[in-house]
Amino acid sequence: MNLDGLLSELERRVPADRLLRKSAQLAPYESDALTAFRSRPAAVLLAATQEEVIQAVRLCHRYGVPFVARGSGTSLSGGSLPVENGLVIALNRLNRILRLDPAQRIAVVEPGVINLDVSRAAAPHGLYYAPDPSSQLICTIGGNVAFNSGGAHCLKYGMTVNHVLGLKAVLPDGEVVQLGGESLEQVGPDLTGFFVGSEGLFGVALEIALRLLPKPECYRTVLAAYDSLQAAGDAVASVVASGLLPGAMEIMDALAIEAAEAAVQAGYPRDAAALLIVELEGERIQVEAEFAHLMQVIEGSNPKTVAVAKDDADRARIWKGRKSAFSAVGRLSPDYLVQDGVVPRSRLGEALATIERLSQDYGLRVANVFHAGDGNLHPLILFNGRIPGELERAEALAGEIIQMCIALGGSITGEHGVGMEKRQHMSSMFTETNLQVMAELRRALDPGELANRGKMFPQGEAPALHAHGPHPLEAQGLISRM
Amino acid sequence: MTTLTTLAPQSYEDVQAAICQHGRIFVRGAGSKPALAPPFVDGDDAALLDMRGLRGVVEYEPGEFVFTARAGSSLREIAALLAEHGQYLPFDPPLVDQGATLGGTIAAGLSGSGRHRYGGLRDFLIGVRFVDGQGRLVRGGGKVVKNAAGFDLPKLMIGSLGRLGVIVEASFKVFPQPPAYATLRVTQPSLDAALTTIARLNGSSFDLEAFDLVFEEERPTLYIRQGGFAAALAERQERLRAWLGGGEPLPEPEEAAFWSAGREFAWAPATWALVKTPVTLNVIPALDQALQAAGAQRRYVAGAALAWIAWPGDLGQLDAYLTQLQLGGLALRGEAEWPFVGVRNGASLIARVKRVLDPFHRFPIL
Repeated sequence: MNLDGLLSELERRVPADRLLRKSAQLAPYESDALTAFRSRPAAVLLAATQEEVIQAVRLCHRYGVPFVARGSGTSLSGGSLPVENGLVIALNRLNRILRLDPAQRIAVVEPGVINLDVSRAAAPHGLYYAPDPSSQLICTIGGNVAFNSGGAHCLKYGMTVNHVLGLKAVLPDGEVVQLGGESLEQVGPDLTGFFVGSEGLFGVALEIALRLLPKPECYRTVLAAYDSLQAAGDAVASVVASGLLPGAMEIMDALAIEAAEAAVQAGYPRDAAALLIVELEGERIQVEAEFAHLMQVIEGSNPKTVAVAKDDADRARIWKGRKSAFSAVGRLSPDYLVQDGVVPRSRLGEALATIERLSQDYGLRVANVFHAGDGNLHPLILFNGRIPGELERAEALAGEIIQMCIALGGSITGEHGVGMEKRQHMSSMFTETNLQVMAELRRALDPGELANRGKMFPQGEAPALHAHGPHPLEAQGLISRM
Repeated sequence: MTTLTTLAPQSYEDVQAAICQHGRIFVRGAGSKPALAPPFVDGDDAALLDMRGLRGVVEYEPGEFVFTARAGSSLREIAALLAEHGQYLPFDPPLVDQGATLGGTIAAGLSGSGRHRYGGLRDFLIGVRFVDGQGRLVRGGGKVVKNAAGFDLPKLMIGSLGRLGVIVEASFKVFPQPPAYATLRVTQPSLDAALTTIARLNGSSFDLEAFDLVFEEERPTLYIRQGGFAAALAERQERLRAWLGGGEPLPEPEEAAFWSAGREFAWAPATWALVKTPVTLNVIPALDQALQAAGAQRRYVAGAALAWIAWPGDLGQLDAYLTQLQLGGLALRGEAEWPFVGVRNGASLIARVKRVLDPFHRFPIL
């Protein structure tokens, strides 16, 4: 590794105000939304053009310097954590929507475009971009692509990968490739799909062709309160068994309800042990027929109360409570860890009971807010990093939850990615052979293991653990964890 | 000249052993896509794996919307099992009646008209197990509907034609099947008019299961399928008809028959080549002009995302047309030493992946 060589080359090519080197300039880049990890890069390049990104990657390759591409730094798995003394390539300035074609329902964007801005640009044409991670106000498409982000509507509409049709990317050795295209179909192998979710290890996406969907004509949003999480989980199973395919099914537990109410007054019933949100969407006539069916199922699931959103404002309020639940719960505690495991839907009740038991065993509060429709749990483990040993206990508890997800036949991550946080669990989920094949594929694209080094794979140098405090952006209320 | 040794593996271990014991490996399923059949080769270190013996559902929990089956399972048996629980394969794979296998469908990367509603094969394949060129049994993805752990190896298998590995097992997400369907047939005065209608429909909030543009005596005709509760269907169709300013509902038996015939390519002359070509709306006018002039038959399906081309002559000419339009395709039927036509991108990435998964060149080039 020849860091000086890289830096002097970059200095010659990039104005000083876009090549950050000073300690104070680097501080905001030391961590992402997983603040337990911090690591200082040697420099941050605020790339202004695709060509600059390509040049930077090529120089990193030539000088053997590891690099991390970064958007808004909202990764919850430490996916955009810098490599110590490596280069951070910040992509926020590559934020152009290059083309929006309503007739073909596609948008071609640069990686620094903010998720919600795609939907905003598409809205005048009656279209939207479906993946809706809770950080969609700030997270970028480049990061969504790297980590295959999800959201509340994945059961019906899939994750980011299902909405990326093609991309132009620079591989870690500087080769620029064009994958996929603008058609919904392709002739294989599906290299676009292979690239999405590679957590930055396959290089940097420079242009991304996204599929847009027509906005549903109508929504029906139902809010049902239950005496237990188990009952809410059973209701989800009943809805699924009834043959309905809701756009979203979300559950919150008592702690999450209380926090959300305190934060945004969503109008949730405060005395419920669990809250289920079910949303139908589509053509009005069909949705009304489905709604009648859904209400029968919900009435049969023994709810304490049932409410239906009366209008758009009511619906927005219900979702605001849900989407702010995590940051709201976070305010109940100095620190928290968010988990992202997936279990088969039929094992949800079992999984929640186990989490409750673990919470008691460890003496740490755990709030549950999750995508029930697809079995994606988001237990939020509350702790105080100033109390010696609490961070370690919280991590141990998180580890047990992940192991439980694997044991139940699920996954260690539904939408946050492996990143830094869950890499030690990869060997529980995949055999040695599987990991070996993935490592070989990685090296076939990146022999020097420069791109986002230290992520996803179990080995790799661990940066220092920091116990306390939210990310600067989080403290400002700009990002939230879900 | 010797004939190709045919092996019928009954287990994943059989596949591993066969790969380790042979220098060259070819894979076949039911043979429903003859252009993808293994080339005739001599040499006694080559083996043809007939995957049809490796069949059966491994796991199916209807409440999970997920099943796992061995690759040699026929789509027909899978569809029948799902139907018992009111579920289906939403990507609408073709060639069901002709015995196509699950593994062959993944390896060829095929989805049908019904992909319009919720997406294609790539959107529903959630996990695979395959044996690579070193005989390693590799798993990618998982058995839950949402999963972001590790590289997405299932995507690599889609359209890999058995040339990166031998798929032995796959897990799919499935959905509840609409309880009823209705289809509207709308003739269009011209191709341009048809494409305008398609663009309007694509931007509308009608929930359409499928919609295909076909040519009846060279007259562009749209078939638009809706699905859902039977009670709401007639009203929904009437609303669509009014919005379109016309169209005739297909009577019941014809309705299912139309989509089934599409799925089986009954409309394409059996002796002609059949080529899958991904398209976008804006390229269709130029493409169709070339196809019509050459006497080809064609359908633009799934909201004009996908062209099926029945080609009467030599594929070389089609290859030239597609290349000129910057399109690519895959031949399913017809004489083809190399099944790809037109342009392909990502070749260097494929080569890198192939060096990892097939370092000893046991599988044909990709």
